[in-house]
Amino acid sequence: MLARKLTATAVALVIGSALWAQDQSIIVQSTTSTANSGLYDYLLPIFQGKTGIQVNVVAVGTGQAIKNAENCDGDVLLVHAKPSEEKFVAAGFGTARTDLMYNDFVIVGPAADPAGVAGMNDVQGAMSKIAGEGALFASRGDDSGTHKKEMALWADSGVDPTAASGDWYRETGSGMGATLNAGIGMGAYVMTDRATWISFGNKQDYQIAVEGDEDMFNQYGVIPVNPARCPSVNVDAAQTFADWLVSDEGQGAIAAYKVADQQLFFPNAPDS
Amino acid sequence: MQLGENLHSIGEAFGLALALVLAGDADLIEIVLLSLRVSLTATVVACLIGLPIGALVAIGRFPGRNVVLIVMNALMGLPPVVVGLLVYLHLSRSGPLGFLGLLYTPTAMIIAQTILIAPIVAALSRQVIEDLHAEYAEQFRSLCLTRLQTIQALLWDARYSLLTVGLAGFGRAVAEVGAVIIVGGNIDHLTRVMTTAIALETSKGDLALALGLGIVLLVIALGVNAAVQSVRMTAARQAYV
Amino acid sequence: MYDATTLTDAAIARHTVSRAPAILPLSLCDLTLRFGDATVLDGVSLDLGPTGCTMIMGPNGAGKSLLLKLLHGLIRPSAGRIDWGGHTAEQAIARQALVFQKPVLLRRSVAANIDFVLKARGKSAARRQELLDHVGLSHKAAQPARLLSGGEAQRLALARALATDPEVLFLDEPTASLDPASSLAIEGIVNEARVRGVRIIFVTHDMGQARRMADDVVFLHRGRVAEHSTAAEFFDAPRSAAAQDYLNGRLVV
Repeated sequence: MLARKLTATAVALVIGSALWAQDQSIIVQSTTSTANSGLYDYLLPIFQGKTGIQVNVVAVGTGQAIKNAENCDGDVLLVHAKPSEEKFVAAGFGTARTDLMYNDFVIVGPAADPAGVAGMNDVQGAMSKIAGEGALFASRGDDSGTHKKEMALWADSGVDPTAASGDWYRETGSGMGATLNAGIGMGAYVMTDRATWISFGNKQDYQIAVEGDEDMFNQYGVIPVNPARCPSVNVDAAQTFADWLVSDEGQGAIAAYKVADQQLFFPNAPDS
Repeated sequence: MQLGENLHSIGEAFGLALALVLAGDADLIEIVLLSLRVSLTATVVACLIGLPIGALVAIGRFPGRNVVLIVMNALMGLPPVVVGLLVYLHLSRSGPLGFLGLLYTPTAMIIAQTILIAPIVAALSRQVIEDLHAEYAEQFRSLCLTRLQTIQALLWDARYSLLTVGLAGFGRAVAEVGAVIIVGGNIDHLTRVMTTAIALETSKGDLALALGLGIVLLVIALGVNAAVQSVRMTAARQAYV
Repeated sequence: MYDATTLTDAAIARHTVSRAPAILPLSLCDLTLRFGDATVLDGVSLDLGPTGCTMIMGPNGAGKSLLLKLLHGLIRPSAGRIDWGGHTAEQAIARQALVFQKPVLLRRSVAANIDFVLKARGKSAARRQELLDHVGLSHKAAQPARLLSGGEAQRLALARALATDPEVLFLDEPTASLDPASSLAIEGIVNEARVRGVRIIFVTHDMGQARRMADDVVFLHRGRVAEHSTAAEFFDAPRSAAAQDYLNGRLVV
């Protein structure tokens, strides 16, 4: 008797979900910065109003987003780690990568500025100084796009911070927001994308210490997942979404999104 | 200064929680209802699985029973993240059950929470039923009841104690974030529940809102507990507990 | 463990289709029960006829309740044989009922306690009212069983036992904690069953009860049958020294 009820329940759940899956909807595997900054909350209603396509955003670190997309658990990938993205396409997981928009990274720090880097615009110099002073630095440490960028900058600075891991170099292994919370809690410098920082709500006495270096440029790309590799992909809807993002209308919408009167993302899709 | 600011946050959180609830915020209501739907369904399914297993182990005497008991008790401590990962690997499009298209749906969250709490229901109900069976066993053998009749009678007569067992399972389900955030994806208007919303607001640095949502979750948990307690008290007055 | 399903179904089939040969008379041969080093029943041999009410008496610790459970197949003897008209105790259990000293009532209403047994044993649900009337609990049918007084609870236990249509009814000191009026009510119901042909095997400490109810008396002392006589013989001229002492209130153990 129990077994029958159980089977019936399971069948009902599966059928219910299968019906849902037939809806015109796609899943975007996305980096957290675009989601946490509120960009999707602004863009998606515009897109959905125009096309009727429901866009479901799974916001995780870039590394996990790529992994999930490789498992065919998404229709579109929207992240910010160009080399990894190109590898993703080269391996056949994505159809094509398009530059979408950029913003930049900044290093934020406490007002007391223990490493004396406030106001610098030479990121490698600032990082060497932080390492030299042994000032606390909180890193994502989670293989995300931001983390990959940070590691590249350390390498450029000639510093191997992982040797000091647990000492002045603190790897949180968490998302951007959690790392900011942790870094601010311990008085550490943190590298973050500007969009996340502007919309972040728990700044306390933190300010941007280092900004403006061209090397801190943060490029986002959009990639529809390849149906040849993942037959479950909602090809048309995914392509429609990617096309819209890089269209004049989509690019205009990205530019129009502002928090506290500041533009967060700068569209730079190539003219089609 | 830090402490003062934090205290201020807590005060602000209570204010926010109250404002959210009083305003009947549509997003909040949606999130709360999904939390309840997912966790209550998981609790019901976990009971359908866990109670018969708990009862069987309670009245059975078979070789390896002690091993089963140890495993059941150990599974009570399953980390939600591990459950979430296991379910993700199965439901992923590239996993064995990917063809069902269940990942990032409430159903996936129900499955994960069911796996998380079924061992709790089984292990706790085993104890409850074993105690009751100690009282009934001789009478039932005298009445020549079959094993199935015995289990049915024990489950029914322990119903009010088992309600508390179900409550323990529900409490764990509704409070966990590790499993649902992996298999649900915390998708707005689709799989966002109380705990994943709290995690999101925390990561946005909106600590007051996160705490406010936490307070709402706490109030819901209190309400469910109070309801079960009042049912139990009614039952106790009739000596049915 | 015995297979209760087959046994119950078979017993019910025998009961309703063609009345099988009765499980009486009862014959015990050299029945012994040991727990570790302690011998609690020691070579009990006994023959009980097909009708009437047998009282099992004896001081505390004589093994009365254990003997009852052995006869009912709830525990197995260490040695010896139980013969219920050609059946083992395990085979006979479905045609017997036992009323415990402390009634084990389900956490349900009075009526549901009866319904449970009728359903479990495949009897007609319509008999509930008749059984409740029989034990005088109709007016309490909807009440929680576990809120009944001691006497009412034991009458419900008795009704539940009778719902199984037993050929043998065991009673293990059913009135030990009841007031005299409640005890008499129980005795009345048991007597009616006896008149209808149910074989009664009754453990008691209550001398008055034994005198009122017994056809014959088995007197147990230190795990042995000290005496088995008719009620008249036992109360007027007990043969064993132990029974004499017991009746005179001198026997301690």
